[in-house]
Amino acid sequence: MLKAVRVEQREIAIGKTLNEVDVTKPFDTGLEYGCPARGTWNIAHIGFLVPECHEVFVCAANCLRGVVLTAAEMGTIGQFSTVTIKENNVLDGNMEELLIDGITSIIEKLKTKPKAVLVYTSCIHHFMAVDLGLCYKTLRKRFPKIKFTDCYMNPIMRKSGITPDELMRRQLYTLIDKTDKKDNGINILGNNYPTDETSDLIRLIRKSKFKLRDITYCKKFSEYNDMGKSKINIAYLPVAKKGLDFISRKLDQEALYLPLSYDSEVIKKNMTLLAEKIGVDISKFDFKEEEAMAALRDAKKVIGNTAIAIDYTFTTAPFSLVKLLLDNGFNVKKIFTDSIGEVDIFNEIKEKYAGRDIKVYPTVNVSMRVNERGQKEKYLALGQKAAYFTDTNYFVNEVEGGGHYGFDSIRILAKNMIDAYKKEKDASNLIQKKGLGCGCQL
Amino acid sequence: MWVPVMKQIQTFTSTYTADVSGVPSALYELGGMSIMHDASGCNSTYNTHDEPRWYGSKSLVFISGLSEMEAIMGDDQKLVDDIVKAAKDLKPRFIAIAGTPIPMITGCDIAANARVIEAETGIPTFGIDTNGMHSYVEGAGEALFAYGKAFIKKDIAKSPSKKVRVNILGATPIDFSVNGQIESIEKFLEQNGFDVISNYALSCNIEKMANAALADVNLVISSVGIKIAEYLLAEFKIPYVIGVPYGKKLKEDIINSLNKAASGESDIIYASDLNEKLKNQGVYIIGESVTSKSLAKAIYYKHGITPIVISGVELGNTFHGDIIKSLKVRENVALEEKDLHIEDEDEIAVAIKGARVVIADPLYKPILSSKTKFAENPHEGFSGRLFRKRIINLVNKF
Repeated sequence: MLKAVRVEQREIAIGKTLNEVDVTKPFDTGLEYGCPARGTWNIAHIGFLVPECHEVFVCAANCLRGVVLTAAEMGTIGQFSTVTIKENNVLDGNMEELLIDGITSIIEKLKTKPKAVLVYTSCIHHFMAVDLGLCYKTLRKRFPKIKFTDCYMNPIMRKSGITPDELMRRQLYTLIDKTDKKDNGINILGNNYPTDETSDLIRLIRKSKFKLRDITYCKKFSEYNDMGKSKINIAYLPVAKKGLDFISRKLDQEALYLPLSYDSEVIKKNMTLLAEKIGVDISKFDFKEEEAMAALRDAKKVIGNTAIAIDYTFTTAPFSLVKLLLDNGFNVKKIFTDSIGEVDIFNEIKEKYAGRDIKVYPTVNVSMRVNERGQKEKYLALGQKAAYFTDTNYFVNEVEGGGHYGFDSIRILAKNMIDAYKKEKDASNLIQKKGLGCGCQL
Repeated sequence: MWVPVMKQIQTFTSTYTADVSGVPSALYELGGMSIMHDASGCNSTYNTHDEPRWYGSKSLVFISGLSEMEAIMGDDQKLVDDIVKAAKDLKPRFIAIAGTPIPMITGCDIAANARVIEAETGIPTFGIDTNGMHSYVEGAGEALFAYGKAFIKKDIAKSPSKKVRVNILGATPIDFSVNGQIESIEKFLEQNGFDVISNYALSCNIEKMANAALADVNLVISSVGIKIAEYLLAEFKIPYVIGVPYGKKLKEDIINSLNKAASGESDIIYASDLNEKLKNQGVYIIGESVTSKSLAKAIYYKHGITPIVISGVELGNTFHGDIIKSLKVRENVALEEKDLHIEDEDEIAVAIKGARVVIADPLYKPILSSKTKFAENPHEGFSGRLFRKRIINLVNKF
């Protein structure tokens, strides 16, 4: 049915060697391309982690379409509504009225009233200085049994201050009540996936007297609200760090940031810090480091010198992972990322592997739309974007670290790499599904 | 508590593809570069839900990545510089820039920026006056119009032809998906003795599109095609027929209408009109007006039932623009007096209360009463890719 699109484009050299990369600005900014890898979660996916909630987006039609179809594709459109902003609202200045009356009407029509409503306002509210305080005050007065929180779909703020993704992972927990009646609870904040029971992190917590709470475990709003009883909050994704600090202050809880890493020393340092907080003797904890490294050696035996590509959506610590793989003899050749967050690790890699054929590529630069994806050699990709840009079906289909942590994450990675190397996947079908793990109904 | 009928909310249903997505959709296959002047969201909305051709293709559609500071400072130079740089690297045939809500609020003059870019690059550049608040009909319609105005050869010699020559106008995946419907329409016309000059613009040929002025008549198959049809009527005196060839008898109507219009009998013929036969029998079709009216007439011919069409698609400023001063088409395109143009979910729910049957996209199902029978007719413009596999090629299979 489809005919080839008539574009005759040249290859545009865009990949940079490690020495060529300026860590502060790896690539020129300009027009942006969006590749069809859609596994990362958006703000609508994340909001549905709050049990028994309803989401209402208040935006212009085009902004609404992506999120309403996100909800439709994950089968939650029954918990999702929209209020459309039109030109007359901008001109008449009745944005507050539209928001309040629109949400009132929506709630009145819902047969089962939600425990909470997540209201997403947009760039346009920000620019028009809409009195959101008045809106929420009025809604809370009208519906005293329903909790409201402010969420934001304001991508225009991507490059200033707290990013929309960081903000979402902060606001997600603002519906939790503060309580002075703390128990021996410990929360993991900011994750979309539950952390593996086999992970170092969870195994260590299970050895303590602490009860683990995580929004990904919650089926009822009351379970979510009980997270306010915990004494300690943990986050390990960089995007959750600001939310961790904010929520811990708000709920009077201790914050513990244990950044995801594939570095042995960092893993042990993080676990030691956690052990001290939760009263576990770390000297008696089996990290299973040798098991993990043996798994990695097994993977190397199978994968050999096959070219490997990694993208930044696969893990929040991509350069830590690159270093682990290079240090263990893997042939990492392509890294897809638009920015470099782990500067020290990047510099270590650059110093140690400067002579190697390793290139860093952007993902949003316009050149990535026209450059040939097909490779002359077999590629094993870690991540959906890496799979797309190297046009390979041999890939590990995970995003954001996949809920793995510690040496256990290295063991799982090694196993997944072997599986991916041996068995082709249908990349086109898999990577276009939105929100990996959200039950996309395509 | 009494709940008033509230406009501008969708409690249970979806929203239609917006104007800004309509622009790249219409121009996708034409070798240009479309830029949505937006911060971020338009990118994934378009290429995930409104563009089935995205994966693996190289068509140039980008966003500007507008930031808060650029918007506040009115930094249009960044937009111009970024587009010029990309154009120099990628060498598109043309450039189209579509606006979104924030550029509208800050008063960004998209058309002026387009002129600056055209002067700097020498590449034809169109500023399409979208703001993300209207439907795809406006964006896609304006885009096809701008493209046609720039690229249709005006001095082409029109020699006599034994066959009636026809353009197909208004073809985008938003209304027709990518299941071969446009190829089926072309085949149907060719098998019935017509010479298909071009189609605007799905599975199309840009050389043929430049020769559109050779046509004796145009076939408008969606609201998206109206503006360029009006342009071709005003500029080249090419009449047009509105309708999609669904079902045997409607196909015959369309053949007759095309021949009549080509012979100079009428400037516009509404092939899907039911006229005095249209009675409310409790059967409704919700969707885009041209495709829905055509389906309604095909149903009448096959089953003797005359569905009322509810067009939920907003037409925006398409029919109030100043580029074509004297639009001849009806205000609601293919709709007849008894049909309805309703955009709001609550009002649609009221209109179909008590309906026997509703034919619509599956995402309308939640607003139907339990007594109403539902027949699905998925529409990419409403549910995106969600039911794509279930979209039927009605040209072949009605």
